[in-house]
Amino acid sequence: MADSVSGLSSVEAIDLTPVEKPRQLFLEVLYDWVTTVDHKKIGLMYIAYSLIFLVIGGIEAIVMRIQLAVPHNTFVSPQVFNRMFTLHGTTMVFFVGMPILFGFGNYLVPLMIGARDMAFPRLNAFSFWISAFGGFLLYYSFIGGSGLYGAGSAPDVGWFAYAPLTARVFSPGHSTDYWTLSILLSGIGSIGTALNIVATVICMRCPGMKLNRMPLLAWLYLVTSSMVFIAVSPLTAAQIMLMLDRYVGSHFFDAQAGGSAILWMHFFWIFGHPEVYILVLPAFAFANEIIPVFSRKAIFGYPAMVAASVGIGFISLSVWAHHMFAVGMGAGANVFFVFSTMIISVPTGIKIFNWLATIWGGKIRFASPMLFSVGFLFQFLVAGLTGIMLSVAPFDWQLTGSYFVVAHFHYVLVGAILFMIFAAFYYWFPKATGRMMSERLGKWHFWLMVIGFHLTFDFMHIPGLLGMPRRIYTYEPGRGWEIWNLLVSIGAVIQAIATLIFVYNLVHSYYKGEKAGNDPWDAWTLEWSTASPPPSYNFATTPIVHSRRPLWDIKHPEDPDWNYE
Amino acid sequence: MFIHSPSYFAQSSTSIFSPAGTPSHWIFTLSMFVLSITAVIFVIVAGLLTYALIRYRHRNLLTYNEPTQIYGSNQIELAWTVIPALIVVMLFLTASRVILATQDAKKPTDAVDVVVVGHQFWWEYRYPKLGIVTANELHVPVSDPAHPTPTYLEMSSADLDHSFWVPRLAGKMDLIPNRVNTMWIDPEAPGLYLGQCAQYCGVQHAKMLLRVYADSPKEFAAWVAQQQKPAVEDPAVAEGRAAFLRNACVNCHTISGTPANGRFGPDLTHLASRDTIASGAVENNPTNLKQWIDNPDSLKPGSLMPAMHLNDHDLNAITAYLTTLH
Ligand code: HEM
Ligand SMILES: [Cu+2]
Repeated sequence: MADSVSGLSSVEAIDLTPVEKPRQLFLEVLYDWVTTVDHKKIGLMYIAYSLIFLVIGGIEAIVMRIQLAVPHNTFVSPQVFNRMFTLHGTTMVFFVGMPILFGFGNYLVPLMIGARDMAFPRLNAFSFWISAFGGFLLYYSFIGGSGLYGAGSAPDVGWFAYAPLTARVFSPGHSTDYWTLSILLSGIGSIGTALNIVATVICMRCPGMKLNRMPLLAWLYLVTSSMVFIAVSPLTAAQIMLMLDRYVGSHFFDAQAGGSAILWMHFFWIFGHPEVYILVLPAFAFANEIIPVFSRKAIFGYPAMVAASVGIGFISLSVWAHHMFAVGMGAGANVFFVFSTMIISVPTGIKIFNWLATIWGGKIRFASPMLFSVGFLFQFLVAGLTGIMLSVAPFDWQLTGSYFVVAHFHYVLVGAILFMIFAAFYYWFPKATGRMMSERLGKWHFWLMVIGFHLTFDFMHIPGLLGMPRRIYTYEPGRGWEIWNLLVSIGAVIQAIATLIFVYNLVHSYYKGEKAGNDPWDAWTLEWSTASPPPSYNFATTPIVHSRRPLWDIKHPEDPDWNYE
Repeated sequence: MFIHSPSYFAQSSTSIFSPAGTPSHWIFTLSMFVLSITAVIFVIVAGLLTYALIRYRHRNLLTYNEPTQIYGSNQIELAWTVIPALIVVMLFLTASRVILATQDAKKPTDAVDVVVVGHQFWWEYRYPKLGIVTANELHVPVSDPAHPTPTYLEMSSADLDHSFWVPRLAGKMDLIPNRVNTMWIDPEAPGLYLGQCAQYCGVQHAKMLLRVYADSPKEFAAWVAQQQKPAVEDPAVAEGRAAFLRNACVNCHTISGTPANGRFGPDLTHLASRDTIASGAVENNPTNLKQWIDNPDSLKPGSLMPAMHLNDHDLNAITAYLTTLH
């Protein structure tokens, strides 16, 4: 059907015969990948390296959850526990979340806008390698943290590394330096990639693809990437200031010399809050592509979706201090940040309602990508609602720094973002490899993940409401926290099993999966018009588009989209 | 792998849903309001989603024709922008009222003042008007509604960020070096209220526990009178006293009326009047006390008190001396 190109086509006919590749030696293959500037290979490398870190970060989570399964447990020492949550948080945010989303962006954005590569292919390779190096450096701290001959000493300052805990008196040795450098390098990489994506989306669109015809994914990556400049730059500055404090004797954050701990909080959260949206907007982007295809309907309210995304981008820059309701900013500042935080729920709500309207009246196919998207919709709804609770400052005085917050942000990070990442894997794997992922394993993965997720993170809200702070390596019995912690830990193990099934599915399907063809989901955007996997030049001839859904136009010449735009 | 729980811990709730004082009551009411609104929104949206997913599911993946394409609708779009915006405004106004009432409350003249200093990993409490210094166990009076005597806490930190959180009495407030934050609590019923530090502050953040004793006005007056007395001098333990003064204990601890005036660690003047040691980590009894002095790390790994390496004789003598400090 997809190939029955009619006279009214909006994409020029393309030669789809796969290119025969000669067999290569291992070293040649390695050389090929290390030196590549092809956006698809770089995208895949990002994805591969963040998958490795996902497993590492997952192991750290499991260690924490074993320790907390029962009160007064001595499975790990306090020091080890503190390192675990520091590494887990840092790894998941900087070396799983950011790179995996940049990986998908790298892979998909040029394909979806009909370009042959990113605007700056070599900058792209540089950004990848410097970020990856940042990740390795974080783990190198195990060896180098207290000097080469000292005992292993990963950082234990928490992923937001509040001053003055990071001052040299409280954090001797080098582990904090590794943390700082690692964030600094990955930040540089992120800024490079963000710049590249913005330039690509602005300059490289194929003929006919006006801004208001871009796939929503491209829009969201444009917004996310713009936010990366604004948000990551202060973080980078803060890391440099911290290094100056530690080694040059400046006193930005050094409380004992009159420096300010609150200054660090501002710098950090001016990055940290937009960061959440930097991570979640790509998840929205995947939902925007997958939900319509599996409901067989055009996205409801394209302009509203774009406006809401841009709105979220702007508002998210003015809400950072809602992480600081308990630092004593005074009533005036608290009131301001309550308002800016709450108002962001309006554009976010618009998105949820538009997805609902897209599903409404459609013909829903529950293949794995859609299953994960449905999980995303419900879980993101809950995350949004607990977010509203946290935006009510007095309620937040009770909840911040408690397990309720941990539950809330995992609803966002796992329930929304990770679920959409899984959805994206099932959806685009056939494009990248030419093979389908196993649906049977996909269903196992999905259901175990859903059960594990809810066991873990639903019940994690409760000890928070019962007064359990976060980042504690053990707790006192008798406060009603025990049963919930046990359930939470069981849930975490189930999620780990689900993730292993997923990894197995990836590997297995790569070799043995069913052949996919070019357009297995009967989709509408440009990436499905090229071969699977796409040749290194993406498109033999530059596509020309006339509407938001170019392949719909080909498949439905009697009723093309451009009639309605 | 597992060890047993000490029994002295009161089976006491730290739930935010059993408020026992003024700011926490306000917060509780507001929280229930917010919870109900979000619950209603959840039921409506999740209900619609579930309905749509069931109603429009399509099992046969091969034979379908495309459903009617709908590209959007301005009226609908407007409705689900305006309605949430109105809800937000309402929530904002309610939240702001509680913020202002709590943070801009006027301090009554009968308020009790306490200076709270957070330390890695314990709490210092000073009552400047009453001339009392104590640690880890905060005593405050229960208010008589006719003459409210809330307790005003002036909070700062000696080292890192900490956070004071006793959920049944109030929300948390951070203690930050170089900065003075204030909060107030006003318990309405006598009892022991537990909590703990809520801002990560290093190795033993987990065992920086908080104990607030709300005393009836009479009990409170008695407690004050007892704390104002000089340290007990029991000739039977003179040897322990001498050993205490001879050793490095004095560098970090104060016992009023003796040359010991260190300020790095908790004041020990009335140590025996406290239920726990090490910021609530263990019960205050001679066995624990002795083990603590011998090797604090064995009870609270990462504690900043060094092991004192005393000989058995001194260890026993000092323990005996400390148990007399009522
Ligand atoms: C199976 C999945 C996961 C489990 C069971 C899990 C569990 C945990 C636990 C137990 C903590 C420590 C809470 C504390 O005491 O403070 C934590 C913290 C955290 N997690 Fe996860 N997590 C999971 C996945 C993720 C993912 C996918 C992300 C991000 C993409 C993430 C980001 C974080 C962050 C940022 C922190 C805070 C670390 C800190 O306090 O410094 N987690 N998680
Ligand atoms: Cu603390």
